[in-house]
Amino acid sequence: MNADVTLLEVAGAAALVGVAIAVSLWQRVDLEADIALAAARAFVQLTAVGYVISFIFDQEGLGYVVALLTVMIGVGALTARHRARAVPGVLWPLVLALTLAAVSTLGLVVALGVFDAEARFLVPVGGMVIGNAMTASAVALNRLGDEVGASAHTIEATLALGATSGQAIRPIVRRALRSGLIPLIDQTKTTGLVAFPGVMVGSLLAGAEPVDAVRIQLILLYTLLGAVAVAALTAMALAARNFFTADHQLREPEPADPPR
Amino acid sequence: MLFELDGVSARRGGVEVLAGISLGLPLGATCVAGPSGSGKSTLLRLLNRLADPSAGVVRLRGKDVRERDVLALRRDVSLVPQLPALLDGTVADNVAYGTRLAGRAADVPRALELAGLDTSFAEREAGRLSVGEQQRVMLARALALEPSVLLLDEPTSALDGVARDAVEATLLDLRERLGLSYVLVTHDEAQAQRLADTVVRLDHGHLAGARA
Repeated sequence: MNADVTLLEVAGAAALVGVAIAVSLWQRVDLEADIALAAARAFVQLTAVGYVISFIFDQEGLGYVVALLTVMIGVGALTARHRARAVPGVLWPLVLALTLAAVSTLGLVVALGVFDAEARFLVPVGGMVIGNAMTASAVALNRLGDEVGASAHTIEATLALGATSGQAIRPIVRRALRSGLIPLIDQTKTTGLVAFPGVMVGSLLAGAEPVDAVRIQLILLYTLLGAVAVAALTAMALAARNFFTADHQLREPEPADPPR
Repeated sequence: MLFELDGVSARRGGVEVLAGISLGLPLGATCVAGPSGSGKSTLLRLLNRLADPSAGVVRLRGKDVRERDVLALRRDVSLVPQLPALLDGTVADNVAYGTRLAGRAADVPRALELAGLDTSFAEREAGRLSVGEQQRVMLARALALEPSVLLLDEPTSALDGVARDAVEATLLDLRERLGLSYVLVTHDEAQAQRLADTVVRLDHGHLAGARA
């Protein structure tokens, strides 16, 4: 296999989707339809993105890159919001968190000369940064919402001692931040031992030298660590205050959504 | 009057739990009595602004509580909630927490002693104490702020008879020694009689009667 992949080769790999469907039927897992839908969606979505990206790569200037990253941030923020329903007014904190993570990390790697300011680098790295920032923020916000609900009594008892809302929620923010950051930290710790990271696999398949593939992967892992920290911290800092009034009162939770 | 409530209504969970109440709470010991769901705890939360009324005014010593600095108000009018809610760490960490936020040092041994706890409790892990002991630590950390008013939300509801009697003795002693005013919420009419000069009775968010 080389870097020029034909549709025939993709079709060959799809045989393994058939295996997955066969297993599902045989063991009555009842996931055949889901597997087929997932495989079809992956094909359609990635093909579409491929055309979009190749169009963007052909353009002069970075206007389309910025537009694409903006769309990614919007979709990422909307997706993460679903996992953080218990946090009031969470959309804007997410948008700002993802934007700040993307701008600061991409800006830094370009400023340091790690990558050139070209679509070929900014689009894939930006996508990974936003994706990982989204996941970390969603996990941290989800935990924040759950813990504030469960610890309302303790938060109010702390407020009653003259603590500000920021002081009263600090232990919870700390725990939520940890839960958002730990998955990527663990993944970074075990990388290469438990699993080969995707970028390295991709570079190797595309014909890169192992040493180069490893270096690109390291650059990305370090960039992602910075990005998730910036994103989760920003999301926490902006969202935590939404639980309180300006007078350091814990707001009553919104009535729960009716079950769906 | 220590507190005056003037046409105060309050909502909780979308339901009106206090309906246009006007009353005065004098200096000294006041009990707010009534069945559960009558709005007692909500009334207490309005006094140190853990919540605000949906209508009406709450005054402390003649001044609208909303015109005071809310953090200073809560240090002066200190609330002990119904259930213990201690922070991770030792008893001393907990007792000193509020004063540290206020930028002052706490007299931990004195606060423990006032709350009826031996000073040897200071270095114990807060999470390992019995519920009764934790409730006393809650009282100690409120007292460490040297408030002029204590708000107590069913302070003995989680305790057995012996522990309840001991906490009641502590409260009577505090009044004697510190001249502290307190507002105590209870569903136990007999306790209200034992502890208070003034008893306010609430029923379904309305005033059911006051006895001076």
